[in-house]
Amino acid sequence: MSFLEDYAYYFGAFGLIFIGLLIMLVKHNLIKVIIGLSILDTGVNLFLISVGYISNGTAPIFCRDDMDPSRMVDPVPQALVLTAIVIGVAVLAMALAIAVRLYQRYGTLDLRKIKELRW
Amino acid sequence: MMPTSPVIPLFVAVPLAGAFAIALLGKKTRIIPNGMALIVTGGLIAFSIIAMRMFSLFGVHTYKLGAWPAPFGIVMVLDGLTAFMLFTVSLIAFLVILFSISYMERYSGRWQFYTLFLLMVAGMNGVIVTGDMFNLFVFLEVAAVASYALVAFGTEKHELEAAFKYAVMGSVGSLFVLLAIVWLYSYTSTLNMADMALALQAAGSTRVALVTGVLLLTGFALKAAIVPFHAWLPDAHPSAPAPISAMLSGVLIKALGVYAICRVFYSVLGVSPQLSMLLMVLGVVSMSVGVLLALRQWDLKRLLAYSSISQIGYIMLGIGIGTPLGFMAALFHLFNHSVFKSLLFLGSGAVEYATGTRDLREMGGLGKRMKLTSAAMLSGSMSVAGIPPFAGFWSKLLIIVAAVQAGYYWFAIIAVVASMLTLSYVMRIMRYGFLGELREKWAGVREVPFMMKLSLGLLALICILGGLLLLPGAREFFLTQAARTFSVGTQLASRILGGV
Repeated sequence: MSFLEDYAYYFGAFGLIFIGLLIMLVKHNLIKVIIGLSILDTGVNLFLISVGYISNGTAPIFCRDDMDPSRMVDPVPQALVLTAIVIGVAVLAMALAIAVRLYQRYGTLDLRKIKELRW
Repeated sequence: MMPTSPVIPLFVAVPLAGAFAIALLGKKTRIIPNGMALIVTGGLIAFSIIAMRMFSLFGVHTYKLGAWPAPFGIVMVLDGLTAFMLFTVSLIAFLVILFSISYMERYSGRWQFYTLFLLMVAGMNGVIVTGDMFNLFVFLEVAAVASYALVAFGTEKHELEAAFKYAVMGSVGSLFVLLAIVWLYSYTSTLNMADMALALQAAGSTRVALVTGVLLLTGFALKAAIVPFHAWLPDAHPSAPAPISAMLSGVLIKALGVYAICRVFYSVLGVSPQLSMLLMVLGVVSMSVGVLLALRQWDLKRLLAYSSISQIGYIMLGIGIGTPLGFMAALFHLFNHSVFKSLLFLGSGAVEYATGTRDLREMGGLGKRMKLTSAAMLSGSMSVAGIPPFAGFWSKLLIIVAAVQAGYYWFAIIAVVASMLTLSYVMRIMRYGFLGELREKWAGVREVPFMMKLSLGLLALICILGGLLLLPGAREFFLTQAARTFSVGTQLASRILGGV
């Protein structure tokens, strides 16, 4: 197993996390900030799921006697990532709902124009 | 055998059930949301007193969700710090609900308000009682998402803008926490806090603890609004309706921020001298920056929000000092700050209710028309400034004494100076807001309704009598056993797992 194959998931996950953070820092559009948040969320979830991954692994169900537990993937991160995705959806929905209301009030999605409070 | 206790999950289950019932039944009438919220939060106070009593009799309790044995299932843990925090949250939640009954008359969608409010309380209680790392994140997000919605509750321009800023920064903080939790899981293969602490001790490696420690501290400091992570607080807290400002400043930043920092670092990761120093420096920076920024505010609620940042700094300083006196002082200040900051925010809400303004320059002489509100604000202000015999004086004094005893003279001096500056901004509230000549346009102002007065009066009473908690007997029951959690530290783990 090559280095890249073992660690590709981690590069991917942290790549997404940094891209997400960068978007949130430099963009001024409400929707783009929310997209950045979503990418950041996806990166963390990818990291979470790749923690339990075994290449050529199998589902953790004991159905045959010759099944080797060491080849089973860890089921806990899979349960966790579902929860984390659901929470992420809730946060995303909340942020989008606020963005819609902000657009109704200000008529713009540009954060530089929505600036009555000091950012 | 570790005693198990069925009362622990009730702290989460009861407010969740209350929120559900209000959403289901409370749309038409006004009695159901009001009554249900009062009963639920009142019940939580009773439970938390039972929990404190049980802890002082039998020590640490656990509850295994679904009877799965630890470390495979989720456990909830009741120790001294937990019982103390639960009492603080329940007490403030009850008094804030009492205030909201009249205050929220002006808003539509009261059932939504109470549903979100109880969800937020459920999330905070969950963060406090849980003994599982991932569960901590879930409850953190429950409380946080409910609070984003509550900040935006008025759906006016400023509310929405503040809520967006808060939601974005809060979510980034939560994701940092999640990242750290996943990292710790991949290293220790467990999510149970006690088990994780043992695994980290056995491995003895500090590098993972360092990386995850930085991530966790960033995430929780964002929730606690410690400088330099405070930018969202002065917008979010003033924009929310007054009862929510009181909840956010009074307990949310402490349950999600300060408590989570204490729990994660003192019970799981372990504390190094560098971390203590970092906490103290963050505390001192927060306290000075907060107080300096508060000095130039004219918006009453914005001033109070900066004051919260400054007072959180005192709490962090006390925790960072790391002596038993420091922990006790920090917890006492945490309780006092919950009481007087809720009082001040509710008072500002009462002023806004009566006059419709939050600008100190437009007020003046309101004390002549709103006698009780003015008296309550005065006692809250004296407590925040640390004037004897108000409760805030004793906790600040203890923090400063603890700093001097531990040899941190400079931090003690900065704390004293910040306290004097605090006096100057609270005097401004009193001078411009309540004392002096009554302005013409406020001649028709009337005192707020009875329920609001009752809530303000009770909070003011706690501010005045809070110092009595330091008397022997009360101190043992209320503070010392909570502060002892810190000294036990990561050894708590072996006790919890040893019992299950």
